[in-house]
Amino acid sequence: MLKQVISRTVLQEKVAQAVFIVAACCCILSVALICFFLLMGGIPGLAEIGVGEFLFGTAWQPSRGEYGIAYMVLGSLYVTAGALIIGVPLGLFCALYLSRFATARLGRFLQRGVELLAGIPSVVFGFFGLVVIVPFIRSSLGGTGFSVLAASLILGIMILPTIITVSRTALDSVPQQYYEGALALGARHERCVFRVLLPAAASGITAAVILGFGRAIGETMAVVMIVGNQVHLPASLVDGVRTLTGNIVLEMGYATDLHREALIATALVLFVFILLVNLLFNLMKRRAGI
Amino acid sequence: MNTKKEIEMPEALTLLELPQTLTGEERSLISISKLNLFYDQVQALHNVNMEIYPRRITALIGPSGCGKSTLIKSINRMNDLVADCRIQGSILLDGEDIYARGMDVNLLRKRVGMVFQKPNPFPMSVYDNIAFGPRTHGVKKKAELDALVERALYDAALLDELKDGLRRSALALSGGQQQRLCIARALAVEPEVLLMDEPTSALDPISTARIEELALALKERYTIVIVTHNMQQALRISDQTAFFLLGELVEYNHTLQIFSEPEDPRTDDYVKGRFG
Ligand SMILES: Nc1ncnc2c1ncn2[C@@H]1O[C@H](COP(=O)(O)OP(=O)(O)O)[C@@H](O)[C@H]1O
Ligand SMILES: [Mg+2]
Repeated sequence: MLKQVISRTVLQEKVAQAVFIVAACCCILSVALICFFLLMGGIPGLAEIGVGEFLFGTAWQPSRGEYGIAYMVLGSLYVTAGALIIGVPLGLFCALYLSRFATARLGRFLQRGVELLAGIPSVVFGFFGLVVIVPFIRSSLGGTGFSVLAASLILGIMILPTIITVSRTALDSVPQQYYEGALALGARHERCVFRVLLPAAASGITAAVILGFGRAIGETMAVVMIVGNQVHLPASLVDGVRTLTGNIVLEMGYATDLHREALIATALVLFVFILLVNLLFNLMKRRAGI
Repeated sequence: MNTKKEIEMPEALTLLELPQTLTGEERSLISISKLNLFYDQVQALHNVNMEIYPRRITALIGPSGCGKSTLIKSINRMNDLVADCRIQGSILLDGEDIYARGMDVNLLRKRVGMVFQKPNPFPMSVYDNIAFGPRTHGVKKKAELDALVERALYDAALLDELKDGLRRSALALSGGQQQRLCIARALAVEPEVLLMDEPTSALDPISTARIEELALALKERYTIVIVTHNMQQALRISDQTAFFLLGELVEYNHTLQIFSEPEDPRTDDYVKGRFG
């Protein structure tokens, strides 16, 4: 009787373990497959166009066989930088507030709000940008409104949950003894927070910024809807650009042959960006010990 | 516990004249009277009355949980951090009630420095650690800060070891050095009182000895209150010793008196290691 029970639990454990292993393998496998697909699909095109011509070429005219993504790399970097300029200070102050200033009840309430923000689909952000931000920029700053600025604003909001959550974790994990040490020297609460806790959480906050960067550069739908998508060097913040992600989603539907391969190679470039970001993030995380 | 060794009194010391009482001989710097302290419903201190004299080392001893940390945290109001901590009675610093309504807590903490049980240097350079306090209290000039840092390092017997390593991270120092750095950091704001909560309990014997030397040197200029679990340490460095039990001040007297002829049998049991 007892033996049966034991052997049944052993069996159950074995089955559960197998399920976990299969699930874990699926995860790894899908990453590996994506990698494989991007390399297989992108490399032939890259070879034909030429890596230098592809990365540094400024003309993107598939009909004439010109495949240069330099302006789109720049476009992606512009909107991402804009997003960070808006999202990082805002998110950091939010995190500081949640971590060290808000009462427990208010903190919980705000945390819900942040979680909700993280759950909003990107097309909704894009739509919001389209009907609110773009017309506002058009009427107040001129131009069409479809612009680097509009995309930066929306992306800045979209990366807030990432920035807030990761930097809050970093701030929360700073040992209380640093705070008490500073307080015991006669420092006010704000000074303890800004001059001791904040520097102590620096590497965790850097990790938050890196993750926000990854999130912003990879965002597609919201950006495509509001950024204008012209392949050129923007003249100003209210001018439009095209991003790497936008390029892929706009043309993938009808692209064939080399054009299609060039789009996959664009995705490959994006993937390399994300890979670098992840590498940096892990480095920072290890340093921050979170 | 019966396993602890009895403390041997050095013979020369026992021959000294021991005053019978602490009262009435000199003006105290800190005057604690009728202090009752509650954590929520639990009373951690019961009617503590105690005078702490300037430029002396006052040791607080007693078993774990008897309220030693609670008492010294009341002197610089670090207990304010505990949400449901209630205090009755009064603590006067130089005649001024530190729990009075108009009291500037940050100024109080500048006057009453604290060194914690576990060394807690900030994760920044040695220089910035020490300069933190003076900067907090408005010192901006580089030359002035430099002088204060050097002075504090000298006072904490760290100057020789660290004068070429001011830019090093404080976290790279040894435990003993970190604790002396914390002492230097506290001294840099020029306090009147230095509170130390078991400052050597995380340190090796050599580092402990250096901190003890340091405390003896510092009492020329500072009033030191030290919590210690180590009877020998109290005997070695303190002038007065207070013995606490279950939140009550059982006995407070000259250290030699406490260790040689305590009046209360409970004190006698504790200092002779009969319970711990
Ligand atoms: N923050 C706190 N909240 C509630 N109870 C506390 C707190 N700090 C200490 N106590 C209680 O107060 C009593 C005295 O503690 P403490 O002053 O730390 O003793 P000691 O330093 O002598 O070991 C203990 O019973 C402890 O559990
Ligand atoms: Mg204690």
